[in-house]
Amino acid sequence: MTAELSGSGPIFLAGIPTRGVALARRLREELARRGVAAECGAVDVAMYRDDLGMRGGVRPLRGTDLPMDLDNWTIVLVDDVQQTGRTARAAIDAVLGFGRPKRILFAVLADRGGRELPIRPDYTGLELSARPGAKLRVRLAEVDEGEEGISES
Amino acid sequence: MSHSVNIRGGRVIDSASGRDEIGDVFIADGKFASAPAPGAQDVDARGLVVCPGFIDIHVHLREPGHGTKETIETGTKAAAAGGFTSVVAMPNTNPVADHPGIIAWMEERAAQVGAVNVFTTGAITVGSQGEQLAPIGAMANAGIVAVTDDGRCVQNHEVMRRAAEYCGLFNLPILDHCQDASMAGVEAMMHEGYWSTVLGLPGWPRMAEEIIVARDALLSEATGTAIHCQHLSAAGSVRILREAQARGVRLSGEVCPHHIALTDESLAGYDTSFKMNPPLREQSDIDALLEGIADGTIGILATDHAPHAVYEKEVEFAAAPFGIVGLETAFGIFCEILLHRRKVIDLPRLIAMLTVNPAGLLNLDRGTLASGAPGDVTLLDLQREWIVDKEKFASKGRNTPFHEWKLRGRAVRTIVGGRTAWNLDA
Amino acid sequence: MMWTRKDLVALSELSAEEIVFVLDTAAEFKGVGQRRLKKVPSLRGKTLVNLFVEASTRTRTSFELAAVRLSADVVNITATTSSLSKGESLKDTAKNLEALAADLIVLRHSAAGAPQFLAERLQAGVINAGDGSHEHPTQGLLDVFTMRERLGRVEGLKVGIVGDIRFSRVARSNLWALTKLGAEVILIGPPTLVPREFERTGARICHRLDDVLPELDVVNLLRIQHERQKAGYFPGTGEYASLFGLNAARAARLKPGALVMHPGPIHRGVELDGSVADGPHSVILDQVTNGLAVRMAVLYLCGSMALKEEA
Repeated sequence: MTAELSGSGPIFLAGIPTRGVALARRLREELARRGVAAECGAVDVAMYRDDLGMRGGVRPLRGTDLPMDLDNWTIVLVDDVQQTGRTARAAIDAVLGFGRPKRILFAVLADRGGRELPIRPDYTGLELSARPGAKLRVRLAEVDEGEEGISES
Repeated sequence: MSHSVNIRGGRVIDSASGRDEIGDVFIADGKFASAPAPGAQDVDARGLVVCPGFIDIHVHLREPGHGTKETIETGTKAAAAGGFTSVVAMPNTNPVADHPGIIAWMEERAAQVGAVNVFTTGAITVGSQGEQLAPIGAMANAGIVAVTDDGRCVQNHEVMRRAAEYCGLFNLPILDHCQDASMAGVEAMMHEGYWSTVLGLPGWPRMAEEIIVARDALLSEATGTAIHCQHLSAAGSVRILREAQARGVRLSGEVCPHHIALTDESLAGYDTSFKMNPPLREQSDIDALLEGIADGTIGILATDHAPHAVYEKEVEFAAAPFGIVGLETAFGIFCEILLHRRKVIDLPRLIAMLTVNPAGLLNLDRGTLASGAPGDVTLLDLQREWIVDKEKFASKGRNTPFHEWKLRGRAVRTIVGGRTAWNLDA
Repeated sequence: MMWTRKDLVALSELSAEEIVFVLDTAAEFKGVGQRRLKKVPSLRGKTLVNLFVEASTRTRTSFELAAVRLSADVVNITATTSSLSKGESLKDTAKNLEALAADLIVLRHSAAGAPQFLAERLQAGVINAGDGSHEHPTQGLLDVFTMRERLGRVEGLKVGIVGDIRFSRVARSNLWALTKLGAEVILIGPPTLVPREFERTGARICHRLDDVLPELDVVNLLRIQHERQKAGYFPGTGEYASLFGLNAARAARLKPGALVMHPGPIHRGVELDGSVADGPHSVILDQVTNGLAVRMAVLYLCGSMALKEEA
């Protein structure tokens, strides 16, 4: 990631709530240690989803911190788990709603397979295969209690 | 069918004579007799109350003209199912019953298809427009027992005074739907109070009723004509009635079940089942009405049975017509409020308010078990528990606020002129 | 908490949490209005019907724009063009619309309770755009949103609502939202137009604007309608303006930072002077912008719950 992003112009790490935001912050620290400066924040994708109303209620919207004028920016979407690709697609739409960035990249902590759209992360922490119905839970210190880790349930 | 029946072993309550004991009642050829008639049907009334047939002096049978809401046939069947052997039909039909020809039609139709006795009333004024007197004398000949512009109220006091004077000639009482149109307005839809304010609905104040009750007291006093205030709803009306009666004025009043069972809070969901005229008011009004019943100021109970077609009531609140059906639930609700919940009066008094008192107001030879009187009897099961199911009503109307209420006390058999008009357990 | 209602009929029915939820959602949608692409796909493929039995261009346009920005398809029906004028019942009209696959119906009607009536009978979501004198929920919400945005809070604010309270749905919606969020509401107007029954909700009643003006954080002025004058509720706009109009002299006595609001359309010279409408206290134009954000939020939330299950 460092190699690809060095010298790219302004970089924004856009975390997809909830855990993507914490991961984006961690990524920024890691990149800074390697000499790459980046800003980070959240991009809420709820308004762009195509599966509204299927969850028994509407969740509160969370803010979006993208810079107002995106033209020169490289946006790196950050999420904890990638499965169908729908969240990533909604995130892409959200970013494009703000403007026309130079490029959009996608970083994910764990890719569990089961893609329904042709959207592949550019950077993957871990490739896993989980059973189709199983829920994958990621625990991060910033958000969850207990030990950090990834588990299946 | 036999018009003779022996009703044995019930608790016989005849308010007119003060009789209240276990005993038998005999009807021979349609009239009360002192001994069993040969070939008479036997009815076992043990565990039941046997009383004169109930009389409802305020019923809308809707014919002529509004047959989709109800007919004389269905309305009288509903009456029988509620324990009523006589009903007094209001004249706000289409056309308004302001002419002897219409009265004659109604009398004849009732004779053909009526399940119970039907007494007619005529309008006070032509078309009930409140301006010109209707041909009251001719209608008296045709058989009316009272005059009323019910649905509307004569606003011009001079016209009402002339009507009261004129009716004296025929000894006809005036039944008045006491409502001042300027205070109630054409838009008013419910009681003016906290609920009308938060619901954003135009309301009518108590005064709209009380002002006319007061006017009726003065006119009755001046002319000597009996004036009867229909469906009282406001606390002040009771006070005015009491004061007038203390002076010997021939002013009487009636109460309907909904005005003592429900308050304006019921309208919070804009349910048109609670849209009535006069409207449901507050607990303080209910308390005053109950006091009036307890101390005898109010002597008559009625239903103001006002059926409407289902589609007419299933509209936005402003567009719905006023009124609810009442014949089939009245006795149950009166038991619930007057006997069980608030213990305002005892059973013989309740029966009197549905029998001898209304008969007395209208000079009907009914409401008693006296020998020779028409054999109209209601059998009551005071212990019978039941749940109101509007889909089972004999009336065409389904517009009731009491659907699914659990009640205790019901008429189980209705006998009109010795013939069983309705039998719950048949 | 999650939003679970398919309808928005009355603020009197919402909890304080639900009201805050809508305001927070509206804040996000206000952000959308500042982006390059002001449209989001949330209601794409869904149909919204503006059923305006009582006419209104402003409110209808605001709802229409909100729907379009959510990518919904919009159909506008007014009383004169609809079968309602030919005697079709409201229920039948709405059922027909639902059969034509309307997902959301925005209803403005002169009969209080009409949106409630439809909400109970339709699977589509019903949004009340004003029902007689009962409520105008989105107006109440946008007013409170404006207060919160400008003053940082709602709790503890002293909000005066001035005018024909008796017949005003805007006053009632404001009253419920403000009371639930902890503001103090003062209802101001002539005795004939401010029913005492409102005291039962916790509101204060005052018949002299001058007595209470310097305490107010917000003055929300209602339109005075000529029909009331005809019906004898007050003698005339001249007298009304002199007693209750927010003229320049009165505006000078306002607290610094106090807000002047009005749901529109304004009668300059009656409810307020032109100079006050255009002056530093006025947030009237903000109300319009905020109205769009609030309506987007409401359509987004109720539209999500009204979407039919596609098996």
